[in-house]
This record gives sequence, C-alpha cells and structure tokens, in this order.
Amino acid sequence: MTAGLPPPPGPDPAPPAGDGGGGSAGARLDVRDLEIRIGASGPDVVSGICFEVPAGEVLGLVGESGSGKTTVALALLGHARRGLRISGGEVRLDGTDLLQLPAGDLRALRGARVAYVPQDPAAALNPTLRVGTQLREALKVHPGVVDDPGGRVLEVMREVSLDPTPEMLRRYPHQLSGGQQQRIGLAMAFCCRPSLIVLDEPTTGLDVSTQRHVLDTVRSLCRSYGVAAVYVSHDLAVVGGLVAEVAVMYAGRIVEIGATAKVFGEPLHPYTRGLLAAVPSPQRAEVLTGIDGQPPRPGRRGPGCSFASRCGFAVSACLARPPEPVLIDGRAVRCIRVTQIRSADTGRPAAVTAPSAGGPAATLSLRSVSARYGRAQVLSGVELDVQPESCVAVVGESGSGKTTLARCIVGLHSNWTGEITFDGGRLVPGARDRPKETLRRVQYIFQNPYTSLNPRKTVGQIVAQPLEQLLGLPYRERAERAARVLEDVSLGSDFAGRYPDQLSGGERQRVAIARALVVGPDLLVCDEVTSALDVSVQAVIVEELRRLQRERHLAMIFITHNLALVRSIAQSAVVLRDGAVVEAGPVEQILEHPADPYTIRLIADVPKLAAPGPQQEAGGAAAAGAAAP
Amino acid sequence: MGRHPWLSVLWTAARTPRGAAGLALASVIVLIAVAGPFVASKPPDALLTLPFAKPSGQFPLGGDFLGRDVLSRVLNGGWALLLMALAATTIGIAIGAAAGMSAAYLRGRSDSLIMRTVDVILAFPQLVFALLLVSLLGPKLWLIVLAVGLTHAPAVARVIRSATLDVSERDYVKVVELQGMRPVKVMTSEILPNLISPLMVEAGLRLTYSIVIMAGLAFLGFGQAPPAANWGLMINENRSGLPLNPWAVIVPAVLIALLTIGTNTFTDAIARVTIGVDRRPEEAVLLDELTPGQPR
Amino acid sequence: MAIATAPAERAVPGRNEHPLLVLTARRLAIGVLTLFLVSVIVFLATEVLPGNAAFAVLGRSANPARLHALERQLHLDQSVLAQYWTWLSGLFTGKLGTSLANGEPVWGLVEPRLINSAVLVFAAGLFGAVVGVALGAIAALRKDSVFDHVSSVAALTVTSLPEFVVAITLIILFSTVVSHLLPAVSLLPPGTYAWSQPELLILPVATLVIVIVPYIFRMMRAAMIEALESDYVEMARLKGVPEWRIVLVHALPNAIAPTIQVIGLNFLYLAGGVVVVEYVFNFPGIGQALVFAVNNRDIPVIQFIVVALAAFYVVMNIVTDVVALLVTPRRRIAR
Repeated sequence: MTAGLPPPPGPDPAPPAGDGGGGSAGARLDVRDLEIRIGASGPDVVSGICFEVPAGEVLGLVGESGSGKTTVALALLGHARRGLRISGGEVRLDGTDLLQLPAGDLRALRGARVAYVPQDPAAALNPTLRVGTQLREALKVHPGVVDDPGGRVLEVMREVSLDPTPEMLRRYPHQLSGGQQQRIGLAMAFCCRPSLIVLDEPTTGLDVSTQRHVLDTVRSLCRSYGVAAVYVSHDLAVVGGLVAEVAVMYAGRIVEIGATAKVFGEPLHPYTRGLLAAVPSPQRAEVLTGIDGQPPRPGRRGPGCSFASRCGFAVSACLARPPEPVLIDGRAVRCIRVTQIRSADTGRPAAVTAPSAGGPAATLSLRSVSARYGRAQVLSGVELDVQPESCVAVVGESGSGKTTLARCIVGLHSNWTGEITFDGGRLVPGARDRPKETLRRVQYIFQNPYTSLNPRKTVGQIVAQPLEQLLGLPYRERAERAARVLEDVSLGSDFAGRYPDQLSGGERQRVAIARALVVGPDLLVCDEVTSALDVSVQAVIVEELRRLQRERHLAMIFITHNLALVRSIAQSAVVLRDGAVVEAGPVEQILEHPADPYTIRLIADVPKLAAPGPQQEAGGAAAAGAAAP
Repeated sequence: MGRHPWLSVLWTAARTPRGAAGLALASVIVLIAVAGPFVASKPPDALLTLPFAKPSGQFPLGGDFLGRDVLSRVLNGGWALLLMALAATTIGIAIGAAAGMSAAYLRGRSDSLIMRTVDVILAFPQLVFALLLVSLLGPKLWLIVLAVGLTHAPAVARVIRSATLDVSERDYVKVVELQGMRPVKVMTSEILPNLISPLMVEAGLRLTYSIVIMAGLAFLGFGQAPPAANWGLMINENRSGLPLNPWAVIVPAVLIALLTIGTNTFTDAIARVTIGVDRRPEEAVLLDELTPGQPR
Repeated sequence: MAIATAPAERAVPGRNEHPLLVLTARRLAIGVLTLFLVSVIVFLATEVLPGNAAFAVLGRSANPARLHALERQLHLDQSVLAQYWTWLSGLFTGKLGTSLANGEPVWGLVEPRLINSAVLVFAAGLFGAVVGVALGAIAALRKDSVFDHVSSVAALTVTSLPEFVVAITLIILFSTVVSHLLPAVSLLPPGTYAWSQPELLILPVATLVIVIVPYIFRMMRAAMIEALESDYVEMARLKGVPEWRIVLVHALPNAIAPTIQVIGLNFLYLAGGVVVVEYVFNFPGIGQALVFAVNNRDIPVIQFIVVALAAFYVVMNIVTDVVALLVTPRRRIAR
C-alpha cells in the first residue's frame, strides 16, 4: 500500500560518492580522512572518514551506539566534545576547510553557513531564556547575513509549521511540547539560510506522526534552499525514506557508503547485512537475526577489521590490517571479502507463527478496565484477551496508556476499576494484596535495563531473589535454578558473580528476563523491553523472547510503540489511543487491513525499510522508500 | 564493586590525593588526642610555672593563664572533644537516617509528620539549640552530646529522605515489591545499600560539624568545666595572654583546625569518588558514546 | 546516542496556574505554624522546668518571700496556659517582661543589640555573597587553572574551620601578635549602636565573610561549570554565539538559582555564627546577650532571643525560596 508514503528522495539514484577520488566540482561538503582522537594523543575514536554531499542532497549517516556518528556530526561544525580532539583530515564547505579556520572565523560560520539540529531539543534549549530570544539570537550573532531579521523569524516559524505569534515566542522551552521544541531547533538551524545542515537524530523520542512531519519539513526545506544535509540516525527505516545516499558507520569507520537503494537493498558489508537483518518489518513476520557481541571501544580496536570478531565471513587476513575501501557495484565497502559476500544469500526465513489458539479459555481477560492518575483519566473501558501460549502486542504512542495498562495488570498501579481475570480468578488492584502464587505466575519486565537491576547486587543474587521471596526455596536449590535459567537466556553461569555495571544493555535485559522466568510464570508482561537497546541487540532479545515463549508455553503481552516489531513477535495486536482501544485483532489483519482511521494513519506514518533482496534494481528511485510486496 | 562496598569506597577515596592528605592529617591529630594523655610528662592541672611563661626547655610551649604546662594540657585536651563529637555524630546519623528513610518510603502521613518535626528543629541554629538546652538543664556533658546529635538529625533526615525518594522510585525496588517483599525488608535489603554514598558523605560532614560545634561550645564555656584540659576551653582561657604567650592559644587552635580540615577533606574525597567527579574527561566521553538509552 | 526510547508516560499533574503565589502562601502558612510550635516549645522548656523555675533561678538565695515575689513576677502563680498566653501576647505588644539579670525591660535591652547584630549579619551576608559569586564564576571560567586549584583547596580548607578559630586568627594577625592595626575587643558600652565606631565592625564582619564565602564559592563554581558543560551551552556555541554572551546570557542565569539557595542557607547560618563571633570580639549584639542570658538563667531574655532567631529563620527561608523560584522560569510559570 502506498497511501501516505514519502515521495522518493533525490532527483536520481545518485552516482556513487566514492571516497576522496577527486570529488565532484559541485560538492557542497567534502570530508577527507577525518580523524578524531581522545585527548592529545589517545586512541582514535573515528578515522578515515571520507564522504561528499552535493548541494540539495541529504546524506544519511547510520550506526549504532559507539559507532562515532555523533562525533563526526559535530566535527562538521569544527566542534569536538570535551576530551576529544580533531586530529586530522579536512572538512571543506564550498572549498573552505573549516578545521583550519581561526576561532573567530569559525564562530562566524557556525549558525550562518553550517547549522546543527540537536538530538535532544529539550536539553538544547536554555530553560531560562524565552524561545523567541533563542531564535532571534541565531540571527543576532550573525548580523548582516539576513536582511530583515524580524521578518525572517516569523517566516522561518511558518516554514516549520509553528504559529508565528508573539505569544509563542514569549514562551519558555518547558511550555512547549517535544515536537514544538524540535521545530524550534529546526527553525534556529534554517533561519540564516545555511549551506549545510547537520541533523543529529532529530526525531528520536517524537511520536511517529510528528516524526513524519519533521522529516517532510526537512526534505522540502533542503530541496527549496539547495542546502546540503547530513542526517545522523540509528533508525534505518527513517533514513531509508529520506536520503538518496547513506554511509554506515561501525567502530569509528565508514564500512559501507553508497546509494541508499543499493546499500539497503543489497548490503555488502557483513555488518550492514547483519544490521538490516535485525530491522523488523511491518510487512512480514520474519525471524530477526541480531549480531552477537559488542563493538570494540576506542583503544581496544585491534590491528585488523573491528568487526572481524563478530563476523561470519571473517578469515585470518581480516585480523591483520584494517581493510581499505573497495569500490564495487557503485559503492565503497571496507571489506576484503566483499566479492565472496556478494554472492551469498540474503533473505530472512519467515517466522513460524504460533497457531492462534482458539478453544481454551483466555489466560488473561480485561473487561471495562479504566484507570486514573490522581484526577486524570488514563485508561477507559479497555477490553483485552490473551490466549494461552500466544503473544498479544499492545501498541500505542506516548500518552496512550499502554504502560499504565501493563502496570494495572501486574498490580503496580492500583487506581483502576473494572475486571481483570487471570486463569479464571479475579485479580485485586494492588500487588501487595495479591497472594504470592499469583505474583509468581504473572511476571513483569521493565523497559530500562539500567534501572531495573539493583547495582549493589550480583547477577546471581538478582536472579535468585524471586525464588526466595515467592517460593521460599533453600539456598542450594536457588543457586541451581538461577544457574540453569542463566544458561537458558544464553548467558553463561559465570555471569552469576558479576555486577550489573559490568554488563552491556543487552546482557542486562537478559538478566531481567532470566529473573522473570526463574519462577516459572504463566504470563509475561514485557513493557517496551527493547526500546532502550540498539537495533542489533533488539533483534537478539526479541528472538530470545520468542524462543523462550515457545519452549515454556508462556502467554505474553508485548508493549511497544514500534509497529514494525509487532509482526515479528505477536499473533494478535491491540491499538491504544488516549487510553482507549481503537482496534484489536490478529496481527496480519491489523497491519494489512486496518479499519480504524487512527490505525491507518499510524501504519502509514511508520517509516518502512524495503525488504532486503535482489528485487531492488534501477527502478530504484521508488525502491528506497516504497513498500515492496 | 566487591562484597563490602562501604570499605571499597573508603579505600578508593583514601588513594586519591585529597583523600590521602585528609586522612593523614586527621589521623595525626587523632593520634595526638588519643595517645596524648599517655605521653604527657607532666600533669595538666599542676601549677608548675608562671602565668603565660614563655616557652623554655622544660616547658616547650610555655605556661597558660594559671601557670600550668601548656604542652601537657594540649596533649590531654583532645580525646574528650573527639569522643563527644563521635557520639553526637553517631546519634545524629542514626536518628536522621532512620527518620529520613522511613519518611521517604512510607510516604503519606508519616512523611508529613516526620518532616514537619524536622522543619521545627531546623528553625533553630544548631548552636542556639544546644545553648538553650544547656541553659535549662545545666552544662552536663551527656546533654551537650545529645543536643548536638539531635540538631544533626534533621539535616541528615532531609538528605537521606531525598536520596531514598530517588532510589525508591527506581525500577529495581518495584521489582521486589512485585515479589511481595515487606517494606522494612525492602528498605534494609534493597534501598540501604544504595544509600552508601550519601550516608558516608553526611557522616563525614556531620563529624566535622560536631567537632566544630563542640569546640565552639567549649570555647563559650559550655563544655567540660575547668580545670579540665579542653582545646576549645584553652583557647578562651588564654586569650587575654595573647601578647605574652600566644602558643597557649595558637597550638590548640591549630590542632582543632587541622583535625577539621582533615575530616572535611577526606569527606570531600569520598563525595568525589561516589559522584564520579574524578573521572577523567576521556573516560567520561567513552561512557557517553557507549551506553545507549541512558539519560544524559 | 539515544535509541528510540518511548518517552516515559507521565501522570498529568494538576495544573498549577500561579506557582509563585501558591508557594508563598504555603510557605507563609507553614512558617506561622512553625513559629507557633517553636514558641510553645520554648515556653514549655523554659517555664516548665524540672523543679520550680524561680527556685532554679534564685538558687541558693531562695527564701519563701523572695520565691513568692519572683513567682509573681514570672507569673508562675497562674496556670500554664494563662502564662503562655500572657507571654505570647506580650511578644506582640512589646511587653516582654523584665530581665532577671538587671531588672531592665527586655525590649530596651535587646533592641539596640538586635540592630547591631542585624548590621553584622547583613553586611557579612551581602559582602560574602558578592565575593563568593564573583570568585566562583571566575574559577569556573578558568577551570583547571592554577587559580582554580588554589582557590578550591583554599575554600575546602576554610570551610572546615570553626569560626572562633578564624576569629582568633584574625585577632592574632591584626590585633595582638603580628600587628596592631585593629581593635581586638570592642569597648562599646551595651546599648550603643555599632556604627558609632565603625572600625569595630571590621574584624567581626571579616570573620563572618571569611566563614561563608567558601560555601558560596563552591556552589557557584559547580553550578557555573555545570551550565558551561550543558547541552544548551554547546548548542549556543554551535550557533556561533560569542563566548561573552554565552557566559552572561546563557550560563549565569542558570548558575544563579542553586547559588541563591546556598546564599540563603548562609544567612541562616550567620544567625547562629553571630553568637561566637560577638563573644570573641565583645560585640554588643544579641549573640553576646544570649550567652550572658544563658549564663545567668535570664529566662525572659532567652525566650525572646530564641523566638526572634526562629522568626528570622522562617522569614529568611521564605525569602530564599521565593527568590529561587523567581529565577527559575520552569518552576515559576505553569506549562
């Protein structure tokens, strides 16, 4: 379905940007061999960064945490964070190397010729200054760049769809919504009509519809002003719909760079392939494959390719020297085995979906559940059924009440009315009033793995604790069961002696899962359990959950705002909006034939990535954003 | 972190430059205070020389306003101060932490009650409160200790309450609530271990203030009664003789100062260790880049 | 980088249209209540002593006639409640009773001392605040420089010192041992005002200033550094805002709010610190009066001074909170 999809980006599938080979004359931004180090002579954080962006074009810079993409983004303005130093390379804007400019000239350039749109607009706006002051400031510190600053302020506000009223300008940042704050950020960037804009994940944390709007605004502004732009993101689907060319970063280097259609359609670098295989698709229920392990930190990157230890194609030569970019098939790839990889298979197996259970009575039923926070109504008349051994996805945007729903079910929030029945018995509102047996059978996993584990306890203690509290088992048996469940979630039992701050995000979340499973529950409530994780880690965790659900015959409620994920894990879905259920049913039905206008809009606004496979060809312009059947 | 996080924090703090300096300084003075009475060669009460006699071979620090040996009095004048300060600190921390944690975890009416009481006590300057009690019941030493301890409690309660509120909102506390854990056990087993840093910092600060206040009260005459040797008292007693023999004032003053500087510096080192201020910028950068999802 | 975290669902708080008014009203109410409680406690503590108050005061010179007279003077022959009421209403009407030490009316005794102490407190407080803020800002701007390291260590050292040690040190340096520039002890007769001999103010004020500046310095420095390393300052730099504007317009307003809290706390501290300092310098203020009164068991004086100090505390707390609120738009203006 094509309703509401973005028009294909770019006038044509762009010729390869390649690496530093002379550079086209029309390139606005030309980056060569950019290198950034820690301190005066520490290990490098990023190196060998080369790319070009012509006027009017947007380049996507994608990567996960630790890839260095924000560091590169800031360097495009000649800025390095505290402790880092730009140690080599060139950043040429219309021919002038920013890195060589004296401080005064660089300052004059920032904001006027090259502008930055921040990731976290709430933090990037000064809480003690009015929004209008901060917006006008962008013009004030660059006198003469724009003829009519007063008029320009109103004009740019209109361009980003904000009310150009004095009342809006008099507000303080905390009086604006997240979307409005981000639009102010955009306005500040565009008001001096710069030649280059650097956008650092500008849509993180925004609602899908706001996100869509922001992306459209960015695209049209770039096009109409002939501005070159670099769009940094971890979200491949968002980037896929926006940019004509994309660079994939890993461990401080660009591992693959080329036309979006090619890079996402036929990824060649093993990391890119792994990344794309981890991105969930709303179009099909597929097995997600993540990438085990973690990227090496600066200073711990060995002599060879940084990805080798996690790479399925690695050979001994990969560990000897960092690979140089190889020009192939219209792009540059840093991999010595790229020709062999090209012929390898890329598809993902379709998931075996659990049979939607008919017959047996629902494990969990909600009828007319309404909840309040103080005086505010957060849920109204929610109805829900979870069949045994099946997974129900609860989908909604922020403020929809999905987390409150989860907390009511489990007893963390007790200000609700209605009926929640578990295995035939009614549940009382507060967890404190529930018998231990009930508490044991319904388990909850929190969103943030960094706050759900007590930093002063070892993994072993954390996982064994529910056995003591809910089952009263003796020490020896607790230790045994804890060790077994740790093996089950693919953590070795040697993890038992470690403390949470020694673990990565994915590992911590596995510990949280282990803790939930150790008591043998019947129902698992997962509250946005992958939202705080990288895409590749997310895929691993989702697959673990699926496997565990099958093996242990669990019923599961999976709460998420990510519609694409739903397909890969759930059999049925419930869409929440402002505390009420707008639509419910089997997943395929909801995603392919939505009935409610809200659902339709929600699905349409979700950025989609084309499925990897050989069907993306030179018909190409449309391919990058369109949903291929 | 190790099995004994309290010890590891102390150990880490002791190895920073400030921590080592503070610890060393405080230890030296404590040693003087504790071992002093055994080392003093002359009795501190005996009138052995002229009032405000200048230092000599026999009396290295000269004589005080009555002609007693200043050195012996100095060596005897610290242990009581130290003991009283420690006692007051312990009382203050114990009451304050218990009150603060309970107020935070129990919420509701208990919280309001406890915090209102705290506000009332905090409406008195510490010194004035101690003076008030002393004026009513006489300068009994146990009373002074109790009074000073009580005045610490509200400040400690406030800090611990706010730290507890912070911790009790964390998800891992909710996890154990879902396991049916009783409130008291939640506080001791889950929350308390995470209050180590604010507790240790408060303990250090309170100890420093206790010493300051005790010495101040002694200076004003509300401590050990004469002829006891007490550093604070000595400073006041010998003030009139400053032009003649300043050492009778300077030495006890310096000892008190060095002690409080030592404890305060070590407390500052502990605070830095637990807040991570000592982290080098490079490491902070690494952490920024590599911890997804963490609030910045 | 942040992954797409779904923003945490927050409960919609009750909308507060006028945070400023609400806060002030609430604080005033609590303040009045606190003062009331304090007055009750003070009264009970002083009047309802173990044993008879008059006896405790007269001590050995008690004989039935004197006891009786004193009891009548202290209204001890009335019921407790009536005594409290007499005292409390006396507070408001200015009839504070007479001092037991010298038979003078309490107000006459206390009024010039109150003013003198007020001069000390406010002079030290304001001067200390200005110096502390300035030094703190400079240290933050020159972070990790020699000035920064030296001033930070000096601040840490000075905060540890008891104020009588500071006072004695100043006396040694400026009055007796090292030099004789300034008078060590005030020879003002009680009842005169401090400004009649201004040089007597210098050392006491200097002592108090030295004692409070480090706290303000450290807070200002920390708050300024936090502001300078914040995301919004980074954003301003990326917009090309010149450094002077970043310091004055962006960083300073954000650093000032927590510093105001500390300044307020220090004013409170001064109320107690004044006691020791006045004693050392023989300065005719209420701190000195309190010490004398305690030594003489002069109950009416003690009562009044303690309540006056508590009132000062309460008012200062409210003022501090209100000013801090004014400086923080996020708390001052509702969403």
